[in-house]
Amino acid sequence: MTALLPQVLNLLLQFLDSFGFLILSAVGLAIIFGMMGVINLAHGEFITVGAYGTALSYHAGLPLVAAMVVGVATTTVFGLILEFTVVRRLYGRLLDSMVATWGISLIMIQGLRVVFGSSLDSIGTPLGNIQYGTFSYSTYRLLLAGASLALLGALYWMFTATEFGTRARATIQDEEMSRALGVDTNRMYLLTFGIGSALAGLTGALYAPTMTIVPGMGSTFLVEAFVTVVVGGASVLVGTTGAGVLLGAINALFSNLFGTFAGRMALLVTTILIIRILPQGITGLLNQIREEEA
Amino acid sequence: MSFEVVVEVVLDDAGLDDRPLIVGVDVDVLFGGFASSSREAIRPIVDENQQLYFYTNQYEGGVCDTYTWCTGAVPEQQISTTLEFLTNEFGNDIYTIAADYNFGQITAAWYRKIADEVGANIMEEEFIPLDVSQFGSTINRIQEADPDLLVTLLVGSNHASFYDQKNAAGLDVPMSTTVNMAQGYEHLRFDPPALTDMYVGVNYMQEIPTDQNQTFVDGYYERWPDADYVGQMAQNSYFTTYLYKQAVERVGTTDQDEILATLDEEPITVEAPEGTVTTDPETHHVTHQIRLARADENHEISFQNQQAVEPYWLRETPYPGCDLTETTGASEDEEMTQYEPEGV
Repeated sequence: MTALLPQVLNLLLQFLDSFGFLILSAVGLAIIFGMMGVINLAHGEFITVGAYGTALSYHAGLPLVAAMVVGVATTTVFGLILEFTVVRRLYGRLLDSMVATWGISLIMIQGLRVVFGSSLDSIGTPLGNIQYGTFSYSTYRLLLAGASLALLGALYWMFTATEFGTRARATIQDEEMSRALGVDTNRMYLLTFGIGSALAGLTGALYAPTMTIVPGMGSTFLVEAFVTVVVGGASVLVGTTGAGVLLGAINALFSNLFGTFAGRMALLVTTILIIRILPQGITGLLNQIREEEA
Repeated sequence: MSFEVVVEVVLDDAGLDDRPLIVGVDVDVLFGGFASSSREAIRPIVDENQQLYFYTNQYEGGVCDTYTWCTGAVPEQQISTTLEFLTNEFGNDIYTIAADYNFGQITAAWYRKIADEVGANIMEEEFIPLDVSQFGSTINRIQEADPDLLVTLLVGSNHASFYDQKNAAGLDVPMSTTVNMAQGYEHLRFDPPALTDMYVGVNYMQEIPTDQNQTFVDGYYERWPDADYVGQMAQNSYFTTYLYKQAVERVGTTDQDEILATLDEEPITVEAPEGTVTTDPETHHVTHQIRLARADENHEISFQNQQAVEPYWLRETPYPGCDLTETTGASEDEEMTQYEPEGV
């Protein structure tokens, strides 16, 4: 029993870690894709902007939390400017929007390298660690998992209990009808893109103290982000959460038993199987169940 | 006689196909390649075009190639001189984490080979894809195994996140490597004590406390005041240019066939910032001054156990039995193998 308990805790912490990483990687992408049908291939670089904003203001002397707020704000403004200048012209043109955002991603990676060099000084993970048995675990990483849960809760509240949420959902469901009823859909899209950008920025800000800060750092989030969105399907909250739980559990189990490589393989194999069996992802499965009940 | 060497920097970020460089620009000598994956993509083109090529980075060793000179340090130089010291100091149980490509795989095999020779035990190895930046499960598994020494053969910016995460998780274990600090100056990029007790067998780090090196480092920062660190790649490329210069002055031409031949005929020695460096015509590698560098809990670097180490392994017979002096210079019957340690 004494040997088993730390092992169970290991698995649990590993699951929370994977879950947090998957959710935080994906949530900005999921909102922009789920609500606007735009696949933002520069999503990873939005995260990078959040991390850069955080690191630069932290090294300029701000306390870490304030620096994170600056990181999120920077990414939000950046996203709004891009929506206004580029993305706005590409609604309903899926492939065009992919090429355009990919181009933005390339420009940003090289741009950051030209302006800030090949890397920024790291921040250093705060808060120390917790001990259990022969193991220890970074407290900050637990906090990240907590942040992902809080974020999901906040989004649920925003979409179901606020007027903005109602208008946003109306816009997704039927753009023309919403406009007829007085919803400024252009404004909704701008706000949604802003929120998606802010969430990407938040991910960058939260992970900045745990990673090396380099121009290409966004790419490490990209696989997890896309895999989560694909497995989750179009429903932003339910799909993303379900995918986070499923993939997080599989990744944690295989990483813990067989190592990082096996964890990653298991993650990708699961994704392939899900796409094959449930082309609409977890959202599709839920809709099916709902229809059968009705 | 002296020659003015015109160095043209050709930036080629396209990565794996350097054919236009050699075929199109018609260069006298090619320097380049950072990762082993790019070197292995470059070599076949180099050999096909009989192009003299200097690869100046530290790598996993074993390249025996008529047209390629590898002037960085190799595992036979870096590990054999350090692992015995480390296992005596800390214990025999070793855990290896390595980047999952040719560099990490082959260097991990080197650790197995030398661990066998010094009676140490590799408990477990984990190969980590290059795009991984989250090390929670790896850290857990290391804690579970509880090794005396952790070998880290991590590469690139994603993997560099390991040190901070290890530190945050409270994993406290002496580490050994062939690449870190000397290349990516992790001891300066990460807040102490993340790199505490990191040991690396190096031919060069900017902290080497000799006047010869201080002059080089001062000159470097005078020329490039914004540089973050003078790493082994900078030093290797610097002295390799002087090796090439000596070869050119010896034959009085930049003709590649003559330079290849003279490099194969007798060793060339240069006084590098690390100390005396001598070429080895048999294997196309160089004898390096190897020091065991250690980072303390404040990330201060200290050096011990300096010795000149030849690239002895490649010419061992019957395997690998590399002898590039059998045919001098350019050869139709070109040798271009990369040997790996056997039986481990």
